[in-house]
Amino acid sequence: MTDLTSLTLAEARKGLAAKTFTSLELTDAHLSAIEAARVLNAFVMETPDQARTMAREADVRIAKGDAGPLAGIPLGIKDLFATKGVRTTACSKILGTFVPTYESTVTSQLWRDGAVMLGKLNNDEFAMGSSNETSCFGPVGNPWRRDDSNTTLVPGGSSGGSASAVAALLCMGATATDTGGSIRQPAAFTATVGIKPTYGRCSRWGIVAFASSLDQAGPIARSVRDAAMLLRSMAGHDPKDTTSVDIPVPDYEAAIGKSVKGMKIGIPREYRLDGMPAEIEKLWQSGADWLRSAGAELVEVSLPHTKYALPAYYIVAPAEASSNLARYDGVRYGLRESAKNIIELYENTRAEGFGAEVKRRVMIGTYVLSAGYYDAYYLRAQKVRTLIKRDFEDCFARGVDAILTPATPSAAFGIGEKGGADPVEMYLNDIFTVTVNMAGLPGIAVPAGKDAQGLPLGLQLIGRPFDEETLFSLGEVIEQAAGRFTPARWW
Amino acid sequence: MSTASHKLLKGATGDWEMVIGMEIHAQVTSNAKLFSGASTAFGGEPNSHVSLVDAAMPGMLPVINEECVRQAVRTGLGLNAKINLRSVFDRKNYFYPDSPQGYQISQYKSPVVGEGEVLVELDGGRSVTIGIERLHLEQDAGKLLHDRSPTMSNVDLNRCGVALMEIVSKPDIRDAEQAKAYVTKLRSILRYLGTCDGDMEKGSLRADVNVSVRKPGGPLGTRCEIKNMNSINFIGQAIEYEARRQIEILEDGGEIDQETRLYDPNKGETRSMRSKEEAHDYRYFPDPDLLPLEFSQEFVEELKAKLPELPDQKKTRFVADFGLSAYDASVLVAERESAVFYETVLDKLANRARDGKMAANWVINELFGRLNKEGRDITASPVNAGQLAAIIDLIGEGTISGKIAKDLFEIVWQEGGDPRALVESRGMKQVTDLSAIEKVVDDIIAANPDKAAQVKDKPQSLGWFVGQVMKASGGKANPQSVNDLLKSKLGV
Repeated sequence: MTDLTSLTLAEARKGLAAKTFTSLELTDAHLSAIEAARVLNAFVMETPDQARTMAREADVRIAKGDAGPLAGIPLGIKDLFATKGVRTTACSKILGTFVPTYESTVTSQLWRDGAVMLGKLNNDEFAMGSSNETSCFGPVGNPWRRDDSNTTLVPGGSSGGSASAVAALLCMGATATDTGGSIRQPAAFTATVGIKPTYGRCSRWGIVAFASSLDQAGPIARSVRDAAMLLRSMAGHDPKDTTSVDIPVPDYEAAIGKSVKGMKIGIPREYRLDGMPAEIEKLWQSGADWLRSAGAELVEVSLPHTKYALPAYYIVAPAEASSNLARYDGVRYGLRESAKNIIELYENTRAEGFGAEVKRRVMIGTYVLSAGYYDAYYLRAQKVRTLIKRDFEDCFARGVDAILTPATPSAAFGIGEKGGADPVEMYLNDIFTVTVNMAGLPGIAVPAGKDAQGLPLGLQLIGRPFDEETLFSLGEVIEQAAGRFTPARWW
Repeated sequence: MSTASHKLLKGATGDWEMVIGMEIHAQVTSNAKLFSGASTAFGGEPNSHVSLVDAAMPGMLPVINEECVRQAVRTGLGLNAKINLRSVFDRKNYFYPDSPQGYQISQYKSPVVGEGEVLVELDGGRSVTIGIERLHLEQDAGKLLHDRSPTMSNVDLNRCGVALMEIVSKPDIRDAEQAKAYVTKLRSILRYLGTCDGDMEKGSLRADVNVSVRKPGGPLGTRCEIKNMNSINFIGQAIEYEARRQIEILEDGGEIDQETRLYDPNKGETRSMRSKEEAHDYRYFPDPDLLPLEFSQEFVEELKAKLPELPDQKKTRFVADFGLSAYDASVLVAERESAVFYETVLDKLANRARDGKMAANWVINELFGRLNKEGRDITASPVNAGQLAAIIDLIGEGTISGKIAKDLFEIVWQEGGDPRALVESRGMKQVTDLSAIEKVVDDIIAANPDKAAQVKDKPQSLGWFVGQVMKASGGKANPQSVNDLLKSKLGV
């Protein structure tokens, strides 16, 4: 049965419809794979009973012929999504054993469409990190290793558990969130496909907030088509999230295989960093060549404010986070440390409950919003954000359909290798992805090749607002040209 | 502002002038909270009106309650204020257990309502116009309960997230009387609009009062803010105390510390709560969970078209249509319920052009007088508008005299019933039959020959005869007929 785990979601859907296998069989195969891969630490909570119940229900619906678009497909859920009756912690000690009485809008739409929940996936604490090392449940292993080494590498972050689980064939797809690159960077590190849709495309209701103006949910999947199928269920307007946008959700899958002939693809000059590894440079060139071969026109474009994006992001995101995380105070739910008075209760609980990176960002955020500093930092960063947005608008106004960039400045690195002394070293991982969040645009990461050590590398495509379809069309061209990549099993 | 003479305080170094500004927190009348669907009903078991949003559960998001926006705009219109078609919600960050989010959603830089003004009437026909700086919407906090456990405090989140309008005045208020009159008038406008029930005992209306003193016309002094006042009388007392406290310090050569103070009504004094140095840094920033609040001019116009008549307009109309004095009209319109009662009486009168003014006198003197005496509210009046209108009709048409009417009012107050039927059944009708009155007049003249002889020289003594005749007729004789008859009989 283990071969069932190697199917793509699209293939599994066919098999289920043809009754070649049942959802229960498919689900059991994944549950076994999860059990065998505990060393990866991708799942922080397995829900096998719930999975089997949901699978049986899906089988009944499939038999009756009223199956939803994701009927019987087993998925993993990032622990940032509130799941009714199932512990949800954002991988922070401060939430302890918090069990929501409610289901996030995004996951409830997946269940509405018939998907099966396998469990909750590891992530950086409150989604703050680029390596999944800040999780209170410990780091996640990347199923990919260097050709000549047994060193365990990080899967990227913050959606490290999602990327690792999808790459290791533990689930057919996973939910993820992206505030500065948290879907695209781990996808690139694990040879999976990850799309961060346009801000407002998916409801944020029921997702533990990191930075409200940047957070957006999206899928990590085994193929571009799978990502399209998942996003269609996840997306949509939600009256409970006033920042979600009320426009119809297209059939994203229909964009797969659509000709990209005549599309204008921008190559941004400013993304060509000094000291960029030749492999990344080469990968980028290959991507451009593949798209040109498919009939697209490649043009050089300029996004002049790119270099300010990362610093501005590290003001805006922590500022919002410092406020969003104020609710974790030990008063109503989650961890509560003993104390003599209310101030001590706050101090002890938050000192014990938050990890170092979260504390760092809460402090940065508190600082940049403080009286006397607000104008110099927060207000200025918001102005930069407007300029970054305008860069993209100018570019699209000149007829550019999408922009092609590398997804990350390097391949996956070892656990504990980066950011120990200087957090900025870790922050630089998001150099190609944060601009997209700052501008609220959709971005997809697609596996495109390997580096000299055999580690996967990804390319990023950035699209116009609410034009995820073009990204799926272009992404599939790259996928077709580069092929798909599966790690050799070592766990 | 238009100036009215105001109270100056005498100090050792001469007169001092008070400069007062107020922030009124008015709870918006709405069924649901500002950003959640939870009920706003007062009372209820602790934490029985709390949604996931109010409790700030992980991943919860606020959604604006449009009814609260409408109420804020209507209030802005009632304050003759500028309505801002675009405003922004900000987060005011601070830690306190009554604030589960760790921030209050408020409006900081861009409020929904801008500058306006309120005309405030004072005693003796004086008035003063107080400027409104702004009005914004914000969330109320929960309530800490310290009496449920010996070792812990509990928190009740029922009130948490209920919509408040913070109405900020300009520092145009100059003494305690003006301050009290301003709150009274503002409360009246809110109640007319139905945007706040104005119930200060329940905390629906609370005031923060900023007080400073200066030499008349001099530069502004340092102010102190007296927090959370929920009684109009206490506001007056607190201002008087605080101003004197500041004058004393200044005259002793000291300086005023800018600080937040609390008024203790038992001791009649204010005391320091926190100094400027201890003030929070609220780290305001636009709430990224909420889009800017935007609406069209048409939305405002629609609300404007449906606004009820407000006290100032009503007063003008009462004066113009029924010839009421400005004073009587302002007494009637001060409370929405009084105005409603008066207008219901008007509606039921047979001839309101003739009797409208008399009705005002009856409402103000007889009804209010009696209600005050018994400490009753107009909504609990034993005499309803229909009964009072019937009494006034009976006077107006000449069926009963004013004096009998007072007796009739008393009967209706005590026993209830239809005034017209009571007049019939109890024989209270005014006697207009001249022959019957004539007999009484003749009897009284015959019994008092001396006085009758005097009348020609002292016409004012005619009144004595009128009184005697009325008394003998048990008040039922028509006073005008009595007067006429006496005049002809006595040859005046």
